[in-house]
Amino acid sequence: MIASSRSPLIILVHLSVLLLVALWTLPTAGLLISSLRDKDQLAVSGWWTALSTSSQNLTGRASAPDAQVERDGKFVISGNLTEGGSAKVSAFGVRPMQPAAFEPGTAADIGDGQTLTVNEDGSYELVSPAKMEGTRGQRIFYTASVPPRFTLDNYREVLSAAGIGSSFINSLTVAIPSTIIPILVAAFCAYALAWMPFPGRAILIAVIVGLLVVPLQMSLIPLLRLYNGVGAFFGVPAKTYVGIWLAHMGFGLPLAIYLLRNYMAGLPREIMESARVDGASDFDIFVKIILPLSFPALASFAIFQFLWTWNDLLVAMVFLGTGNDELVLTGRLVNLLGSRGGNWEILTASAFITIVVPLIVFFSLQRYLVRGLLAGSVKGG
Amino acid sequence: MSQLLFAVFTMVGGVLACAAYFFGTNWLLDRIFPSKGRTGAEASRNLRITNAIRPWLFMAPALFALAIYLVYPVFESVRLSFHDRSGTRFVGFSNFAWMINDGEFRQSIFNNFLWLLVVPALATFFGLVIAALTDRIWWGNIAKTLIFMPMAISFVGAAVIWKFVYDFRSEGSEQIGILNAVVVALGGTPEAWMTIPFWNNFFLMVILIWIQTGFAMVILSAALRGIPEETIEAAVIDGANGFQIFFKIMVPQIWGTIAVVWTTITILVLKVFDIVLAMTNGQWQTQVLANLMFDWMFRGGGDFGRGAAIAVVIMILVVPIMIWNIRNATREMEGH
Repeated sequence: MIASSRSPLIILVHLSVLLLVALWTLPTAGLLISSLRDKDQLAVSGWWTALSTSSQNLTGRASAPDAQVERDGKFVISGNLTEGGSAKVSAFGVRPMQPAAFEPGTAADIGDGQTLTVNEDGSYELVSPAKMEGTRGQRIFYTASVPPRFTLDNYREVLSAAGIGSSFINSLTVAIPSTIIPILVAAFCAYALAWMPFPGRAILIAVIVGLLVVPLQMSLIPLLRLYNGVGAFFGVPAKTYVGIWLAHMGFGLPLAIYLLRNYMAGLPREIMESARVDGASDFDIFVKIILPLSFPALASFAIFQFLWTWNDLLVAMVFLGTGNDELVLTGRLVNLLGSRGGNWEILTASAFITIVVPLIVFFSLQRYLVRGLLAGSVKGG
Repeated sequence: MSQLLFAVFTMVGGVLACAAYFFGTNWLLDRIFPSKGRTGAEASRNLRITNAIRPWLFMAPALFALAIYLVYPVFESVRLSFHDRSGTRFVGFSNFAWMINDGEFRQSIFNNFLWLLVVPALATFFGLVIAALTDRIWWGNIAKTLIFMPMAISFVGAAVIWKFVYDFRSEGSEQIGILNAVVVALGGTPEAWMTIPFWNNFFLMVILIWIQTGFAMVILSAALRGIPEETIEAAVIDGANGFQIFFKIMVPQIWGTIAVVWTTITILVLKVFDIVLAMTNGQWQTQVLANLMFDWMFRGGGDFGRGAAIAVVIMILVVPIMIWNIRNATREMEGH
């Protein structure tokens, strides 16, 4: 834009934008990378070390004494601490306070004449002069370098066990009609407000603009009471999908009507007049002319409404209930935060599943999204 | 599987029912008052009647939904705020008296004002700076897309993302939260960020700023592009440097847009409850009005009177913005 940008300044611009982009993307990147990591590694090392071999202090247990075999008059338990032997043991010990007391390959005297040897590949041998007793194996502490491991196990676990799968369908059941119905309703209303003369039109438009900012919280308690009343009156459950669609419609309508009315009011008058001369009714004009012409505005609002209903937590929690079968993804995620707050492999994978649909919508339809934002906020933008 | 079938069935049913309304009522209207194929006087009379009715047919579902979901609740909330927990017995101002004496409420109001001061200001500021910077570099659009991306993520998803960033492990063990890792790498001690009163509010605000900056950036970048080239060229000729051009030439010309962005984010801040719910649920003195209200709606079986009273406070905070909004819109329409 400014032709005389000198090179040191432009480098500074590049660097600061780079820094900002990093600040804005790293949190999400961390989540995505973590959700693909092995859960043991995820719990002990930062996601930025995901590609490097990590050194971990681990605890293992030798097989129980019933696995011992007699060899040369001694009793031996052997096995491998690391499944598959992928890790490299650099030290081991038998007391929690001294987890790295011995070099791999040395025979450590652990009392009662027993010796323990742990090799670099994780294989161990516990040798005792007398028959070993007890039900649990000897605890072994060891330090191992573990190569990076990526897996889809977290996703598999989350989709099958944590209820994320059925919540995904619930979210779709909420979001799709909550997107289509308000658009249809808003489009008809916007057309009436833009092109059909009737008394009180200006006041209606002002009311709708005013309703744009009514906080959702305001509606919750009265609507909850209303829903309970209606449900009791007709003998149907108070919390239904129809109820939540209507709620999302009600909350999304002011913006939808406002955006679409502005757009439709900008369409050329001649088209409608010539259609009317040809004998078309308002209904025909709307369906055959206005709707196709308004496609850009409809699309951008559709994207917004979809993102908004998919990402909504409040409306779903109040009007759909918090039972296991009816939770939407966001609600499920909040529950997991409470119950599995420390299990990052569950949280990261679940969170990524909840954000993957909006991200796909965002990246594929970004152009319409931006257009919609501009239409709503900047005149002639 | 049955769940999926049910979902598809309800979705199709709901959408079709809605479409059926519009087609059905308009068809009926044309049937009852036909104007085609009738002679002069009757046709024009019928046309007049249909023209008077049809706008209301078009608007009926929307007006009905607006009335039920937005207008009625405003009045009902005000009424309920003067009633007891079940909404049946009139209790005068006692809910409001309780509110003023309640430490948690005062905490929420204080925090809400902090949010209102910090979040819109910083989100707009970052949005403006990023919009101005990215306009000058060849990969600006990629940068914009990446900074805009959090807009698509739910508040709850964002909360999980940032909870991971703020994750805390006791001193000495390896940190898996990047913030503590950076602090440790710089020689500091790791902190449980969410539990530091007062400052934890700011760590929560960061999340909303992170989400909203993209919104501010997109709109302000369009406004910046709309500035006429001549004013900038004139400033360049007069020897203004980049900062002077930005703050003295460009920013004053887009004040109107900055105000719109600012108010939009302000409204959002008043409504935000998901972030606080998911991150701290109001513990460690991070409560905000919206979450407090949600809390009272369900706490101990629900206290509708107190919940509604808090909702009324949120509403009162919004009213000035509402008036400003309507005034702007009517002025614009007159200018059309």
